[in-house]
Amino acid sequence: MKAPLSWITQYVPVDLPPQEVAHRLTMAGNEVDDITVTGDWDRERVVVGRVLEVKRHPNADRLTIPTVELGDGKTAAVVCGAPNVAAGQKVAFAHEGARLFSARSGRVEALRPANIRGVVSSGMVCSEIELGLGDDHGGILVLDDDAPVGTPLADYLGDAVLDMNVTPNRPDCLSIMGIAREVAALTGREAVEPDSSYLESEVPIEDVVDIEVVDTDLCRRYTASLVTGVSIGPSPKWLQDALIKADQRPINNVVDVTNYVMLEYGQPLHAFDFDKVKDAKIVVRRARAGERLLTLDGEDRALVPPMLTIADSSDAIGLAGVIGGAETQMTEATTAVLLESANFDAVNTRRTGAALRLSTGASYRFERGLRAELAPLALRRATKLILEVAGGQAAKGIVDVYPGEEEPPAITLTRERIRKVLGIDPDVSETAGALKSLGFAVVEPVGGAVAVKVPYWRTDVAIEDDLVEELARIRGYDSIPTTAITTAIPHHSPQPMLDMKDRMRDVLAAAGMCEMISYSLTSPGELDGAAALGNGPEPLMIANPMSGEQSCLRTSLRAGVLSCLASNLRVSRNEGVRTFEIGRVYIPRGKSAEYGLPEEREMLVGVMAGPREPVSWGTRSGDMDFYDAKGVLESALAQIRLEAAFEKDTDPSLHPGRTARVSSGSVALGVVGEVHPSVLERFGIEDAAVALFEIDVESLLESSQEAGGYSPPNRYPQSSRDLALTLPASVPSAAVQALLERHKLIARSIPFDVYSGAELPPGKKSISYRVVFQSEKGTLTAEQINNAQRDLLRRLRQELGAELRGADS
Amino acid sequence: MADRPTVGVVEAVATKALEELDAVGDAEALERWRVSYLGRRGELTAILRGIGTLPPEARRQVGAAANAAKARVDEAMAARKREFSREVTPALLAEDSIDVTLPGRPVPTGRLHPTTQTVREICRIFASMGFDAVEGPEVEWDRYNFEMLNIPKHHPARDMFNTFWVDYPDRNGEQSVLLRTHTSPMQARIMEDTRPPVRVVVPGKCYRYEATDATHEWQLTQVEGLAVDDGITFADLKGTLYEFARQIFGEERRVRFRCDYFPFVEPGVDVAIDCFSCGGAGCRTCGRTGWIEIMGAGMVHPNVLKGVGYDPAVYTGFAFGMGVERIAMLKHGIEDIRHFYANDLRFLKQF
Repeated sequence: MKAPLSWITQYVPVDLPPQEVAHRLTMAGNEVDDITVTGDWDRERVVVGRVLEVKRHPNADRLTIPTVELGDGKTAAVVCGAPNVAAGQKVAFAHEGARLFSARSGRVEALRPANIRGVVSSGMVCSEIELGLGDDHGGILVLDDDAPVGTPLADYLGDAVLDMNVTPNRPDCLSIMGIAREVAALTGREAVEPDSSYLESEVPIEDVVDIEVVDTDLCRRYTASLVTGVSIGPSPKWLQDALIKADQRPINNVVDVTNYVMLEYGQPLHAFDFDKVKDAKIVVRRARAGERLLTLDGEDRALVPPMLTIADSSDAIGLAGVIGGAETQMTEATTAVLLESANFDAVNTRRTGAALRLSTGASYRFERGLRAELAPLALRRATKLILEVAGGQAAKGIVDVYPGEEEPPAITLTRERIRKVLGIDPDVSETAGALKSLGFAVVEPVGGAVAVKVPYWRTDVAIEDDLVEELARIRGYDSIPTTAITTAIPHHSPQPMLDMKDRMRDVLAAAGMCEMISYSLTSPGELDGAAALGNGPEPLMIANPMSGEQSCLRTSLRAGVLSCLASNLRVSRNEGVRTFEIGRVYIPRGKSAEYGLPEEREMLVGVMAGPREPVSWGTRSGDMDFYDAKGVLESALAQIRLEAAFEKDTDPSLHPGRTARVSSGSVALGVVGEVHPSVLERFGIEDAAVALFEIDVESLLESSQEAGGYSPPNRYPQSSRDLALTLPASVPSAAVQALLERHKLIARSIPFDVYSGAELPPGKKSISYRVVFQSEKGTLTAEQINNAQRDLLRRLRQELGAELRGADS
Repeated sequence: MADRPTVGVVEAVATKALEELDAVGDAEALERWRVSYLGRRGELTAILRGIGTLPPEARRQVGAAANAAKARVDEAMAARKREFSREVTPALLAEDSIDVTLPGRPVPTGRLHPTTQTVREICRIFASMGFDAVEGPEVEWDRYNFEMLNIPKHHPARDMFNTFWVDYPDRNGEQSVLLRTHTSPMQARIMEDTRPPVRVVVPGKCYRYEATDATHEWQLTQVEGLAVDDGITFADLKGTLYEFARQIFGEERRVRFRCDYFPFVEPGVDVAIDCFSCGGAGCRTCGRTGWIEIMGAGMVHPNVLKGVGYDPAVYTGFAFGMGVERIAMLKHGIEDIRHFYANDLRFLKQF
């Protein structure tokens, strides 16, 4: 909403600078986004003048020398090049030194005296362009006759337009009157309403116009007046100027008045060409199925119930509260105007606008809700202005269909409530004063309570706490103290999932991985690229996606993490990339919302690729692979005291020979593996193995162990033996370790060398284990260890086909 | 040492080794002794290595003897080593000097996303004031995202929250599932599930159907806050949020509370801090106002309280909501919100 200060001051005197007015409005909830100052001219040097006479320039045909009266008996004669200058005009005169826009240099410059073809000229009669008012340099700016000679032009023509960011609860502030009332309350002044009186003719309107409101549920009040004998034409300058400053395009005098009064009061109005209204009858009714209307914007629109129409005896001629029909619009031939000012239902207006994808100044206001009391006030004001600017006679009276007349809401504000909500205790007279300043009628300022009636322009005040806010914002939020909460702190409720996610983030970051966060929306194509589609649940689609790339909710984090990896690999080839995301995937529980909201499963995906270490003098060479991912995962799981088992498995996005299922006891945790080459290709990753792990965070909650039991450190020494075994390639190392560690004298076993070279028989591999012997009962003797080792070697041979290397050679 | 070791050989070598060890006079001699017996080509090492080639019976006997002998020799060596350890000479140490300016062996450094770090900082500050952190669903019912927050269907305030709708119609064929536009639906969910007192913060992702530019992302992170009890006032709201703003942005920040409108609070508040770019004079960062908005807040609307079965005559409370990326941008001087979801490690590794 653009609110020119010059317009506001018609209803309330403003003696504060625009910035201060804007500040107070903003603090009180009516944010001023911006102030556009027009006519910030030098008050001493740019003034209103009157052209006394115009002489010809002695040396130039196209130049003249007007003499300008400047008040206090002063005059000035300057050289002028404008064709339109004439004696008697009120003009803007600039003295030497005035800072004006120069079309020649394209800059603002101080006006200097000049010798123009032999005549010295110190001053200037200005055009719009020098004053920064427009780009019309066809001639000088001619002011209205009422311009007071000698006054600073800034006072007469200058203005500040407040660009207001009006919140949806304050349709009253979509009007200059509404803003003026706020300014009044915030500056201790009183706002006055404009004059709405006019002379009526002898013909009662009821004799000429027949108005029937059929759907009173959608039209609570309908008022109308009739002006005959108007002549349609351009509006006077004051009206056009006001509209232009408020960002409204002037059209013709009658339409301009309806727009002007809508901006003035916040009440939309509509003017019908009365001669085009069949049978002089207006019917307010729901649209009929199949009905069409050619609207003012030239669109032929299909109407459907329950859109509300304004119809004549046969057809719709307007869409109530949204837009008028083309058939009955003002034309140069129009002589009789039926003026409508009605109250239309907010929700229905909003739905109609949404269905037609049409938002107008009228629909924007109606859908925010207006009070029915407003309709006749705006009607009379607009009727008066039409008579002023378009002539004609107003019929006697107005039509006012208002079947369900309502009392203004009455609310009582108690001192106790103010104390409870705001934590302050102002006395009743202060509260009453604040509310009065906003136009609330204080009915009964006695006792601890203030009873008020809500003024007709306010639709947002319905309950006691609304009045609490009114009091707080008029006093100023700054006047309310700042205190610490003194009520009891509630019992802590544990949040294991939040804690688990945070722990995993910490341990993964400590393991060298960078956290990333990707979009929750993706496309089926992207999911498919990570082989996450077709192998998982159908994703939920977005009904109104912004783009195809963000058309569904992700069912897997893999795609997002892989594309992040791909883009980072492209820019950091000398360094490995390790990244992870913890986020939700969205799994529908059924085919429709009847099954409830989708499951939001917290997942953890980590990926790594590229050199294990950046180039360094002490580097361990090589690129990251399966075992790097597994190592990080093992370390992270160990942090939450979780011992996981890894078994060979397959996964559609992973390399079939390099994938392991991760589980803990009977709980499946997830998967680790190297990404399938064809998936890498889809993500544009070349020449790099990508290791990935994916963990269901919920499963970690199920299986992780809080620090529980404790066992004292074993005080007997360990002994280690190294066993180099040759075993069938198909036997997993985990089976060997499981067998070894089953033995009661073995604390642990560590595979420390893996060999699968040509020296081995086909189908064999060799793994060396360091076996750590230890007993809880005493120091082991060499004999005990030897016996144990012999026993183990026998079992390894029998159960797994493993032999001590070189033993049989 | 091609000979197959016997128990006798083992004993002989061990005895010789221990005798020579007694004669060792300094650390350097000890090291020479160690190499000759226990080094890779040492006599005792060779014996131990040769055991594997023996027939099983001999292997067992010789193995036991060799292990026992090695244990004796190791122990004796350790004892001598302790004697010499205090005699390490400066000259010796000088020989061992290294180039300390070479970089250390690289250890990969991971980072937490700036959004995560900021969420944690926000939650930590509120935790110190008794607020528990909880989470809620991102895919939400219209009912929680709007209706229970005093925003009925077709309310013009819905224009404030451009919504992604999920194509997941309900029984009546209507779209009632959406991506939450704010974390505020958790206000209703939490109060439905608990009796006062309530004091929580809710971090989480939200979604807005909005074009992306330097200050707008369609996906964003918010932290919601809610405190409800008998006896919580607007003054408490100011005190709590004032404390928060100064903890997160610094003691020297000024905090401005002004009236604003959100349908689920009354009175409504906009909280701003003075612009640290211009100090309040007005610049591009603050849109020439001198103030930077950091969150919306207000006293919980009585209709919201009624909707969850709280008696608004008894219970009052305040709620607030802030954009985490916005807070992080202000803290770190990040100029473009789109960095947060671009996942460029060159960005992420700076935090």
